[in-house]
Amino acid sequence: MKPLSRIVSRTVVLPGDHVDTDQIIPARFLTATTREGLGAGLFADWRRDASGSLRPDFPLNRPEAEGARILVAGANFGCGSSREHAPWALVDAGFEAVISTSFADIFRGNAARNGLAPVELDAAAHAELVASPGAEVSIALETGVATFPGGGSARFTLDPFARRCLLTGLSPLDFLLSHEERIVAYEDGLPRE
Amino acid sequence: MRPRTLFDRIWEAHTVVPEAADHPAVVYVDVHLIHEVTSPQAFSMLRDRGLPVRRPDRTWATVDHSIPTRQTGGRPAWLNAATRRQVETLERNCVRHRVPLFRAGDPGQGIVHVIGPEMGLTQPGRTIVCGDSHTSTHGAFGAWAFGIGTSEVAQVLASQCLLQSRPRTLSIEVSGALRPGVSAKDLILGLIARFGVAAGRGHVIEYRGPAIRRLGMEARMTVCNMSIEAGARAGLVGPDDETFAWLEGREMVPRGDGFDRAVEGWRRLATDEDARFDAELHFDASRLEPMVTWGTNPSMACGVSEPLPEPRGPEARAALDYMGLEPGRPLAGRPVDVVFIGSCTNARISDLRVAAGVLRGRRVHPGTRVLVVPGSASVREQARAERLDEAFLAAGAEWRAPGCSMCIGMNGDHLRSGELAVSTSNRNFEGRQGPGGRTILASPATAAASALAGAVSDPRPWLDP
Repeated sequence: MKPLSRIVSRTVVLPGDHVDTDQIIPARFLTATTREGLGAGLFADWRRDASGSLRPDFPLNRPEAEGARILVAGANFGCGSSREHAPWALVDAGFEAVISTSFADIFRGNAARNGLAPVELDAAAHAELVASPGAEVSIALETGVATFPGGGSARFTLDPFARRCLLTGLSPLDFLLSHEERIVAYEDGLPRE
Repeated sequence: MRPRTLFDRIWEAHTVVPEAADHPAVVYVDVHLIHEVTSPQAFSMLRDRGLPVRRPDRTWATVDHSIPTRQTGGRPAWLNAATRRQVETLERNCVRHRVPLFRAGDPGQGIVHVIGPEMGLTQPGRTIVCGDSHTSTHGAFGAWAFGIGTSEVAQVLASQCLLQSRPRTLSIEVSGALRPGVSAKDLILGLIARFGVAAGRGHVIEYRGPAIRRLGMEARMTVCNMSIEAGARAGLVGPDDETFAWLEGREMVPRGDGFDRAVEGWRRLATDEDARFDAELHFDASRLEPMVTWGTNPSMACGVSEPLPEPRGPEARAALDYMGLEPGRPLAGRPVDVVFIGSCTNARISDLRVAAGVLRGRRVHPGTRVLVVPGSASVREQARAERLDEAFLAAGAEWRAPGCSMCIGMNGDHLRSGELAVSTSNRNFEGRQGPGGRTILASPATAAASALAGAVSDPRPWLDP
C-alpha cells in the first residue's frame, strides 16, 4: 500500500444515509479472484440503467466528477456485508478518501487497510460539503484537518493505528507477524483439545 | 474482582498482546471459516509473501455463495465460468495449504454459518471469524463471532490472529414472550425497526432477558445472525442448558467426562449479575406481530397487517418508490412473484419444519415461484428423513441443493427486475436478490403463507395452534 498523507481534490457528493455495500459493488461482481479492475462495478446499478446506459444525473457520472478523489457520503456509509471489494472498487475508481458523519464498522477497517481514508466529520462541516458538490477539499491525515474552499476547516480523528498504516504504508499483516513469539507463547498456554 | 460480561471474559481470554496507545490488541482466533468468495485474494496475499497457512487445523472451508443449487442435464448448473473458477480456486488453495474443505455434494457442506454449529465447531467462549458479515450467527452459542474483510482473512490465515480495538458492549434486554405464530425472525426485525440499522455500531450486543431464554438454539441463531443488520459486528447470547443440550454429541464437541468438564467451563462464562454494559436497550416482545419489511433496509419494517407508515425523510421516500409501495395500506394482500425460503438466517431444520407445516397438503399460488433451499446437506438430509421435501414438492415449490442461493443472487438464483419477493433472508437492500428486484424480509411461516396466497399473508391462520 502506498503511503498517503494529504489528499487534495474536488469532491463528489452522494447524499443519503445507510449506503450499503451491495450498492457500492453489487454481488455479481464478487466472482472475481483478484483485486484489480473492480472499479467497473462501483455503484453499477446506480450508475447505469437496466439497458446499461449511464444515468446522466447520477453524481459519479457528471463531468465534474471526473478525476475526483474524495467521495462525500451520508451516515453509516458501507453498512451491510464485509466485502472488501467495496473499498477495492472505490480505490480502483481513483478515490483516496470518503467523508461522512459515520461509517459502518467493517467498512471503516477495510477502507483504511486499502489506502482509502475514512474521514468522519461533524454534522455541520459535513452539511457544508454536501451543500457544495465539487468543492476543492484538502485532507491532511497527519494533523487530522480537512480544509474547505474559502479557508474554513474541520478536525477529524482517525484510529491511531489506521492513521499510521495510511501514512507509512505499514501492513497490519507485517505488524501481526512481528508478534510471532507472543503468539507462540499464547498457543503454548492453550489447553490441549 | 470487577464484575464482567460474557464478552469481557472472551476478550480477556483471547488477548495475545494488549491494546496500546499506538496499536489495537492482538486477538487470537480459535476458529476460522472460509468460503470461495472472500478468500481467493487472501490466499494470493499469502502467496505473494511466501507465507504458509499457520493453523490449517483451525481453518475450515466450504462452498456456499456462488455454487449452483440445481442441476441441468445431470450436472451442476454453473451460472458462468467465473463462479466455477472461484470454487476451483478455493479447492486448489485448500489442497495446497491442507485446509479441510467441504465440496458441493459432501455430507458436511452447506452455508458456512449453518455448518459451523452443526459440526459443533461453534462453542461457547470461542472466537470465530469468517469473511462474511453474518458470522455474527455463531454468537447464539456465546461465542464472539464476527465478519472480517479479505485482508483480515489473510492475516488470520498467516498468524491465526487479528488486530482489534475493544468494542463497547450493548445489552438488549427482551422482556415478555413471543405470541404464537411470532418467531425469532419477527423479533429481530422488530428490534431493528425499533432501534435502527446503526444502533449497534461500535458495539458487541448481548441479547438478554426472558424472551431470549425461551428461544431454542436455531431461533437464537436467527436473532444473532441479523446483529450486523443492526450495525453490530457481533451479537451474543449467554450459553445455558439449551446451548449445552444442542451441542452434546456433535462431531467436534468433547464426549463423556470431557463434555462435563467443557460444560463446567462454559457455565462460568455468563455475564455477572452486577456487570455493567456501555449501553442498554429494552424491548417488550409480547406485543410483536409477524413482521415484514417495506423498504430497502431492514429497519424499514412493520407488522404484516399494519398500514405502511408515511415516509419520514428522503431515504424512506426513495425506498417506497423503489419498492413500488404506497403508505397508508398494509402489505398483507400485496401480490408477490417469488417466495424464497433459505439463507443463513432461516434455512435450518426448524425453519423448514415450520414452512412445511404451512405448505403440507396445499398448493402454492400458480402465479408465485417458490424456492426452498436448505442451509446444509445435513439439513437437506434431515428434511428428507422427515418427508418435508415431499411436502414442498407436492405443494409446487422447488426443492434445491444447499447454498446461499437467492439471498445474495450470485449463483443464478435471482429475482428479475421489478419482481417482488417475500424472502426469509437478511437483506432487503436495492438489487440484493437481483438487479431491480424487490425484497420483503419475513419469517419462514410468513413466507410459506404468502406462497399459498400468492400475496403477502399473515401466517397465523395457517399455523397449528
